[in-house]
Order: sequence, then structure tokens, then C-alpha cells
Amino acid sequence: MSTEALVGTKETAPPTGRARRFTALVRKESLQVIRDPSSILIAFVLPLILLVIFGYGVSLDATRTRIGLVIENATPIAQDLAASFQASRYFEVATGRDRREFEEGLILGRVRGIVVIPTNFTDVGAAGSSPQIQVIVDGSDPNTANFVQNYAQGVVGTWMAQRAAEIAMRPPPISVEQRFWFNPELASRNFLVPGSIAIVMTLVGTLLTSLVVAREWERGTMEAMMATPVTATELLAGKILPYFILGLASMSLCVLIAVFIFGVPFRGSVLALYALSASFLMPALGQGLLISAATKNQFLASQLALLSAFLPAFLLSGFLFEINSMPWIIRIVTTIVPARYLIPSLQSVFVAGDIWPMFLRSIAVMLTIGVVLFILAARSTRKRIG
Amino acid sequence: MGEEFVRLSDVTKRFGSAAPALDAVSGSIKGGEITGLVGPDGAGKTTLIRLMTGLMLPDTGRIEVLGFDTRKDAASIQAAIGYMPQRFGLYEDLSVQENLDLYADLRGLPLAERPEVFDELLTFTDLKRFTGRLAGKLSGGMKQKLGLACALLKKPRLLLLDEPGVGVDPISRRDLWAMVENLTKEGIGVLWSTAYLDEAEACHRVLLLNEGKLLFTGTPSELTSRVDGRVFRLGGIEGRRRPILTKVLGEAGVVDGVIQGEAIRLVLDAPEPQGWKAKDIAGKGAVINPTAPRFEDAFVDMLGGGPGGQSKLADAAVPRDRTEGGAVIEAHGLTKRFGDFTAASDITFSIPRGQIFGLLGPNGAGKSTTFKMLCGLLKPTEGEGRVAGFDLRRDTAEARNRLGYMAQKFSLYGDLNVAQNLAFFAGVYGLSGAGKRERIALMTEIFDFRSILGMSAKDLPLGLKQRLALACAVLHEPEALFLDEPTSGVDPITRREFWTHINGLVEKGVTVLVTTHFMDEAEYCDRISLIYRGRSIALGSPDELKASVASPENPDPTMEDAFIELVRNSDLAEAA
Amino acid sequence: MMWWIRLKALIIKELLAILRDPRGRLILVGPPILQLLVFSYAATLEVKNVDIVLLNQDSGAWSQELVNRIAGAPTFRSIERVGSSEALRARIDAQQAIAAVHIGPTFSRDIAAGRAADLQIILDGRRSNAAQIVAGYLNQIVNQLSADISAGRRGAGQTVIVVPRNWFNPNLIFQWFMVPNLVAAIALLIGLVVTALSIARERELGTFDQLMVSPLRTHEILIGKVIPPMIIGTFHMTIYILAAVFVFGVPLRGSLLMLYGSSIFYLLSVVGVGLFISALSMTQQQAILGAFLFMVPAMLLSGFATPIENMPDWLQPITYASPLRYFLVIVRGVFLKDLPLDEAVNNTLPLALIAFLTLAAAAWLFRRRME
Repeated sequence: MSTEALVGTKETAPPTGRARRFTALVRKESLQVIRDPSSILIAFVLPLILLVIFGYGVSLDATRTRIGLVIENATPIAQDLAASFQASRYFEVATGRDRREFEEGLILGRVRGIVVIPTNFTDVGAAGSSPQIQVIVDGSDPNTANFVQNYAQGVVGTWMAQRAAEIAMRPPPISVEQRFWFNPELASRNFLVPGSIAIVMTLVGTLLTSLVVAREWERGTMEAMMATPVTATELLAGKILPYFILGLASMSLCVLIAVFIFGVPFRGSVLALYALSASFLMPALGQGLLISAATKNQFLASQLALLSAFLPAFLLSGFLFEINSMPWIIRIVTTIVPARYLIPSLQSVFVAGDIWPMFLRSIAVMLTIGVVLFILAARSTRKRIG
Repeated sequence: MGEEFVRLSDVTKRFGSAAPALDAVSGSIKGGEITGLVGPDGAGKTTLIRLMTGLMLPDTGRIEVLGFDTRKDAASIQAAIGYMPQRFGLYEDLSVQENLDLYADLRGLPLAERPEVFDELLTFTDLKRFTGRLAGKLSGGMKQKLGLACALLKKPRLLLLDEPGVGVDPISRRDLWAMVENLTKEGIGVLWSTAYLDEAEACHRVLLLNEGKLLFTGTPSELTSRVDGRVFRLGGIEGRRRPILTKVLGEAGVVDGVIQGEAIRLVLDAPEPQGWKAKDIAGKGAVINPTAPRFEDAFVDMLGGGPGGQSKLADAAVPRDRTEGGAVIEAHGLTKRFGDFTAASDITFSIPRGQIFGLLGPNGAGKSTTFKMLCGLLKPTEGEGRVAGFDLRRDTAEARNRLGYMAQKFSLYGDLNVAQNLAFFAGVYGLSGAGKRERIALMTEIFDFRSILGMSAKDLPLGLKQRLALACAVLHEPEALFLDEPTSGVDPITRREFWTHINGLVEKGVTVLVTTHFMDEAEYCDRISLIYRGRSIALGSPDELKASVASPENPDPTMEDAFIELVRNSDLAEAA
Repeated sequence: MMWWIRLKALIIKELLAILRDPRGRLILVGPPILQLLVFSYAATLEVKNVDIVLLNQDSGAWSQELVNRIAGAPTFRSIERVGSSEALRARIDAQQAIAAVHIGPTFSRDIAAGRAADLQIILDGRRSNAAQIVAGYLNQIVNQLSADISAGRRGAGQTVIVVPRNWFNPNLIFQWFMVPNLVAAIALLIGLVVTALSIARERELGTFDQLMVSPLRTHEILIGKVIPPMIIGTFHMTIYILAAVFVFGVPLRGSLLMLYGSSIFYLLSVVGVGLFISALSMTQQQAILGAFLFMVPAMLLSGFATPIENMPDWLQPITYASPLRYFLVIVRGVFLKDLPLDEAVNNTLPLALIAFLTLAAAAWLFRRRME
């Protein structure tokens, strides 16, 4: 056979060739990232916007809910209760004499609820019928409505217990000591910012990666690449490393801003932070590669990435919405959302400290999902056209 | 004779349920020579090349490349070949040097050899001055050269080039060819796929594919010999050449005919005209002489002849009074500057009704800029362009209604089907009701769209796309047609059909402005402006331009010779 | 009439270009349905199915009473009893429970003796939002017990009854809130992407020059680009409105005419933003990312998920730029509140202004790009 003679130039000792091919791919990809403004936009500008919005804008704490307080009859006891409402840190209270003063405001959303202390609101200690107060809320926003109802209940409950104790000339029988661990000041920023870091890494790992690989197919560079001695594994690895690093860089930037500008505490270890982030980037990148290999089209890739990565990371990860409150079928879906495992762990790294049993479990699950996605991606990125 | 580098045995490849893209193709490619892979669009050229790279596998049959079976040992093949796909995968956001480095690493070129190899390739491709430039900022020709350089980094044993000449001007094409020819001297085997038949003619051997079948293997001269003695030059024509071409193509025994400057080139099915006389058709002074056959003559003959001379499109067109008015398209001192770069400078010409005017020039010379200024896509920095007396930047829809436009790359709506594209363009040009239905029905009949009306435009073969583009451009019976490299990448048969329509329309009084890279297409023009470095360096009829460069060594230069010579003279004048 | 023939051809073409491609159809149909389902069921700030930990070191009757009351509350799914504070800590750390109740050994004795009995409620501050709601529930239970004990001592069972009245949505059904929100959001999502891509795609495919040399005038091209996304947006809104009424049973109390009337301006403003992005971008990728970059803040700062009044004062003015902000008021109002006309007008005017500004900017950019 003349085989050997014909391919005399063929590399016989691949290891060095492989290393060099790999570094060449990584270098190429990095240059492209640096030169493409849209990568920078996604990796560094969008995170800033998200951080600012979540750090300052989106607050789930209903600390300043406006309500109307109607005191139909200004008896001392009614005023005493009214004072409790005014003292509450949850409400911004406007008082009035007639509920009609606030009804339009409720329709227009200017007040979220009306608390009515009626004329017949008499002494609690007096015998006879139980006194009533009405809490009218704007049910068109059930979240806020629930807040108002609950906090109004809370105000009344506390007031009642104090009254009862005063009348009985004793302290309230049960004194509740309420402790919010990890986040005593209850800043929702402290859990929203770590969560938005997960969103940012999802965007870099999945959206950006799927776009750049799809672009190679669209522009025909993939075909030229495949006709070289590069193996499919090298191609994939050459894509992963730069975006892996970009993801970590973007994450690091977010952490620095979160800690030094937003004052989010950082009680865990840097090691845990990077171990968790790195493990999360595996499924994120795997998903990006899989999407691009399956679509080979930027528009479709972006839509799929948004639908299968961004929205789940946002909605189904426990970031904003409690997973336990979702219907069971959606709860099952959340088990394959990698962000669901990252977000609680990241929140812990920030405000609680290292909780390794939890971290290790999260890391294991994320890596498992990552491996599955990589196998699928590698299978669909065989060196074949058409 | 070199050894066999590629052996194809009964290779068949199908996509879906359509007719096979390749049907039992057997053949070989040898080392040390350039093998041309020629055939019309959709013949299966790209598929065959991809099969050789191992990126695609045949359904049946066997391909052996450099002794390896593509099925079993694709990796070994990919390590030893160089491949340049049609759209070469240069990274446009990397510089020339970075692209070279990347492919050098991927191909495992030892570091020690690099300075020498880079130097050689950059000299060879004349890209040395541009190593720092981003690949995306190179002109089309330079991109192709860089693509070739990347494919050549580690001297491959076998080089596969998929239409490297498409969209490249004649000068760059000559350079490319010279580069590749040099390689064969070192024993490298080259496969050069092309729709340019002058390139095919220069190959050592050709494989002729048509509809997935291998029609011919052998030297170009072997193929050309089939038309020996049957090729003629009809000269001394009185009056306009186009109607005469139409007439002569209608005669018995005429296989093919094209305009060549003032003369007409004919391929007959017998060694002399049967039953007709040149004088009867072309006037008293007409003479018909045998001439040396070219590859293209044989190619068209082999594929069953040209499309005939009658254009149903032109037949249906209402004749316009050719004598009426002055110039239809005028350019007065058109100048376009982008920053401190002058893309076009002081370009002036006028085209009378019923003429074809050609803009020729190397890639990036400014012919597209000039073209765009005239049809209103770019605002001139200075000067003005007028079409039928209107300035298209300023005047209204009425002015634009008078022109038809066909872009360089296929630019109809790929997501729409044929009927929807026709309906859209009819509507946009203000046709409605019965008028619209009639015109669309007419186009459907003329271009034979009936069976494909429901197909998405993007799925059509190139030839049909091009027909559809022409149909959409002439739907509203424009008096001026703007054609920007209308036949780039299109095979000779489709090109002839296209020009039959254009010639017919011009005879009816339509005025045409065309940019082209095909020198034989330049011959169809009444007058040509050669644009180089933003200036018009020559203006005249094809014969005048050819005559202007005639010399004792080359008494009968081709259009391509004229092009290259005029550009060189301009360079010399610049240097002086 | 000539202009109408041209415009009609352009509008039909735009619609076909989107709808003929099966993948394009899929993108227009699949994601909206998924979003409707996921958003309306998953995006809830309610807290249900809560798991808590109990460390009860007391064996008396009062602690048992308290535990029974907690177990009886519908919010709580499970109560895990642990024996040590270490175990309690571990459960909270690992987020197996969001709250823990620690009853000390002297709890019942203290109550019986009339001393203040200490009770510790520990909450996971990492999920401060849910934790606060859980704290509220637990406090209510404890307060009730506390009041009952005090009352019991005096022999009279009398408490203040808080009568809740939930206007517009008596049972506080979450979907009644979310689905009307989605009517507004879907038009933003779809309208923005479709418009943003429309010019960028023609640029990339080279069909743009073809349009420019045709007799279509610039404003006709723009109108031709504006109307199809509005038709598609109206279609999606209509589907969502139908789903809201017939699938989710959301009451429609206001005037549909008013809703559709102001939706014209809403869609115009969304399409205006999309067109502006489109005129700005050179490639499809830029258009996609540009649309995304606008969409995320526009959604988050619209009052869609969290009330605008909870945002800091300096941020609130930025929300004025989000068309969604105004239309949300209208759509929620029309569905649940029978919004008065003047209020609808008040929220439509800013939309008209945004539409005017963005469309004018897009037209200006568009013309400039042609130079």
C-alpha cells in the first residue's frame, strides 16, 4: 500500500498538535469576543443594567404601600388603632372620614387598600358583639392585595394582643421573638442580586454561545474548519473555554459591583463562589452548544435560548417566584433547570456563608445536567455537513 | 502522468426523494495537474467535493482519497488535503495574519517553518501589505487569495477548490490561477470547480457533470475536438448584431451563437451552414469563416446546444421608439467620497435608448458605487445621475416606476413563493386588477414558472432564481434596466438564455446598464466604461477597447487581454 | 390609489414573509402559548406549600395548641419536628425549610403562671420576601392564640374581626391579575422582535436595495413595516383576551372598544421602538440583542411583577419610558375595574407621545442611513 507514502505529511504524534490546535481555537475565539461589540454588550453591559434594576429597582418589599384609613368615628379607641396603622412600617397612610374619599383612588391604583374603622367600632373590652373593621383591597393585583390584607391583620393582631394585655394589666402572654437569619434587614436586594448573577451567566453561557456557534454555521466558517484535522471535541472545547472564562469574568464583575457598590454582604468563600459558578456554566454552555448545533441559525438560536434558558432561569428557578407555590407539574419541570440549583447556593454564599452539604449537592446536580447536555451537543456536532 | 489521488467508484448521493444529486459517478483525480470540475448549476459539483473531504458520505459507492476510504478514515484525509469551500471560512473579524496563524495551528504547521511559509504565501498572494487588515475589509479577490493561502499553509497533497473564481475580477482570477498552477509543479493534485469555461479550458483534465451524471472525463482539447470544424465567426455584419443573432439562431443546424464584439460566433451541427447563407441573413458584406473552437463551444454542444434566439419576453414587449429623445441614462461628473476615500470620481457617460452599456472593473474599483448612485441607492457627493430625465434621489415614484433592477446576489424574498414574489413586485410597481393578472400570467408563461409557482424562492436552483429575478425586474415594463452582475455564478446555458431576453428587450428599445465580470458578457455591450480606482479609464465599444491594446505580439486581443492591459497602463501612468 | 396598491403589496409581503416560514410560524405560536401557561401559573408571588421546622422543648398543653393551630393553617405543607437547635440550623441552612418555630421548655408553664412566654420564630432571610409572608402568617396565629389566652383569662371571648373585602377580584385569583398583564406583555414581546428584525433582515438578505429602487417612498416603506406587526400584535392580544375570558374566567368589566382603541397607540409605540432598533442595527444579531436590551428593563420597570411605587424615587421617572407601564393600567383596568374613560385617555396620551417620538426617530435614522 502506498498509504503511508501518500500521507507522509500526516502528524504521527498528535498530542502536541492537539494542544496547539486547541490553543489556536481558543485564541481565535477570544479575539472575536473582544472585537465583537455585541459580546461585550451581553457580557458586561446587560449585567450592569440587570444589577441596577434588581439592586435598586425591583423590590419585592412592600414597605411603602399606600392605603387609605377611614375613621368614621374618632373615638379614642379608634384613634388608638389608627395610630397603630400609622406607626406600621409597611404602610403609608392617608386618613379620611369617608370611604368614598378613597374609592376612586382604589380604582385608579393610587391607593392599594382602604382600612375602614366603622362608627360602631367600640371598646374591645365591652361585652356584646365583636367589633369589626373592614380592609378593602385592590384585588386586581393579588400580590399587593395579599400584602395589605396580611399586614393589616398583623397590625390589628398586635394591637389587640397589646390591648388585651393592657386590660389584663399583664404583658401579652406570648412574646414572639422573630429572627430573620442571614438577612436581618430584610433587603430583597440581598437575594435578588445573587439571583441576577445567575441570569447573567445564563445569558453569556447559553444565549451568546448559541449565537456565535450558529453564526459560524451561517457564515460558512464551520465548513472550512471541519475540513482541517480539528476533531469535533477540539472544536467544542475551543468554544467552551473562552465563553467559560467570559462567563466567570462577567460573574466576577457582578460580584464586585454587588459587594462594593450595592453593599451586599459576602459571607462565604471565594472558592465556593467559583466552584458553584463553574459548575453552573457547564450546563449553560452545553445548552448553548446544543441549541446552535440543532438550529444553525441565529434567529432561531436566539429564540430557543430565550425560551429554554432565559425564561426558565427567570421564572422557574426560585429567583423571583417561590417554586413551592407552583403547581406540581411546573415543580417537576423546575428540577431540570440548572439555575434552580445555583440560585439558592449563590444566595447562601453571599448572605449565609459556606454551606457545603448544600453546595455539593447543587454542584453534583448541575454537573450531571451539564454532562447530559454535552453528550447531546457532541452527538449533534459530528464532523458532517447536511 | 501523476498517480491517482482520488478514486471515485459508482458514487451516488441523494437528498430526500429528489433525483440523485450524484448518480453513479466514477472517475479519478491525478496528482501534479489541475482537474477542472465543470457543469451547470445544480450539477452536483459542491456535493462531489464535500464527499471527497469526508464531510459528507456517499449513499452507495466508494471514494478513496490519497488511499484512504472517506467512510473509514475521514480524519486522515482531512489532515492531508487543503479545502476551500465556495464561501471560504475566513473569520472576518480576524486580521489576515490572525487567520493565517489560526489555520497554521489547525493544520499543525511546525513553528520553525512558519516565517518562511508565511513569507512565501504572502508574497505569492501579494497580501504582504495587508497582514494587519481585518479579513472582512478585504476586497472579494483578496479574500479568495487569502482563502487559498490558508488552504495551502501546510502544503497539501490534494487541493480542493470550490468555485474559487466566483465574484473575482479577471486580474485576481489570473493571479489565482497562476498560484495554483505553480503548485502542480510540485506534484500537488488540484481540483478546481468552476462555471467559467475559460478556466476549464486551461485545466489539464476536466470532469463534466450534468444533473448528477458524469458526462465527460478527459483533456479539454478532447472535449473541444467534438466541435472541430463546426465553429464559425460571422463577420462583416451590416446593421445591428442582435436581430441577426436572433435570426441566425433560428436557422436549421445552428447549435449555439453568441455575440463577440462586432461579430457573431456560431457553432453548427455540420462543417458548413446547411440551407442558409450568411449574406442572406447578415447583409451583403457578411462573411462566415471557420474559427478555432473553444471549450465553451463544446460544452454547450455537449449539453444539447443553447436556448435558441427567440425571446418570448421580448416578443411580448411593446416596442419603444428608439429615436425618441436623447439619452435615457446619464451620468454627469458622478463623484462619491466616503470620508477621505474617493470611491468614484467624476464619472460621466450617457446611454442612448436601446443600448447596453457595461461597467467593468476589478473588485472594489468603484463600479458598484457608480451603479448605486445612478439607480438612486447612494447619494452622489458631487455630480448627478438621471434616468429618463429624472433624478432618482429627488424625483418621485413615477421616475422609479420606469426602471427595473436586478441585484448582484439573489435578492428576492426567499420566504415567499414564486407567485407571491411576482404579486409583490407587481403591487409595488402599482399594477393591479386585470393588468396585474395579465402581466403575471405572461411572465409565468414566458419563464415557464407554472410548475414551480408554489415553491419558496430560496429553494429554487440558481438558474431559476435568476429567471425569477429577471421576471420581477421587467414585470412593469421598465424603459431602463439596471443589472448588477446579473449572472455571477450562473452556468453558460442559463447565461445565454438570460442574454437572449436582454438582447430582445434592447431591440424593443429598452436601455440597459450592466456591471459584469464575464468578459464574454462585456462583448454583448454596445459600449463599455472601464472603472479602475474610482475613475473611468477607458470608454468605448468592445472592439474599440480591444483595438486600443492590439500590439504586434497580440494582434487580436481578447476582451480579457484588453481589460488587463488597460488596467496595467493605468497603473503605469499613475506611477509615472 | 397608486400608493394604496403599493402599500397593500408591501403589507401582504411582510405578513407572508413572517407566516410562510414554518419556523417563523412556530416562533409566533409556540413561545406565546408556553409563556401564557408558565407565566400565569408559575409567576406567582403567593406563598403556599410552606415547609417549616419545629423544635418543641415544651411538653405542655399550650405548645400543643400552638402546633395544632399552625398545622391547621392551609399555608403550611409540612412541619418537621427536630430535637436540637443544631438540627434546626441545618434544615434552615440547606433551605429544607423556610422557617422554624422554637418553643422553649417553659412555654406552657410561663403562660399558666401569667409570665410572658417566649417563642422564637426563625426565618430564612435569604428568601426575605417569602420569609416575611410566612412570618406574617405565623404571627397571626400566635397573636390569635395570645389574644385568646388573654381573653380566656378575663372570661370573655371577644376579638376584633377583620373583614376582608377584595374588590375587583374577591378570591384574589392570581390568574385574574397575570393574564391581563400578559395581554399587554405579549404584544411587547412579539411586536418588538418582529419589527426589530424586519429591516435588519432585509439589509442582510440584500432585498432592501430592491425596495429602495422601487417606486415605494420612504414613508410608505415605514408604514408597510409598521402595519404588519400591529396586525400580528392585535392578533396575539385578541387570542390572549379570549383565553383570559374563556379559559381563565377573568371578568371583562370595562369597554372592549376602549381597550382596542388604546391598544392601537400601544402597538404603535412598541412598533416604533422596534423600528428604531431595526434602523439602528446592521445585522440581525444586533437587532435581536437590541430588542432584548430594551425588553428586559421595559418589562421589569413597568409594574408588571412589582409595583412601581416600591421603586426608589430616582428610578420611577425611568419607568415613564416603558410603553408597557401605561398599557398595563389600561388593560388591568378594563378587565377588572371598568376603568373610566378619562383615566384611559390619561394613559393613552403618553403612548401616543412615545409612538410619535420613536417613529419620527426611526424615520430620521432610516433616511440618514440611506445617504
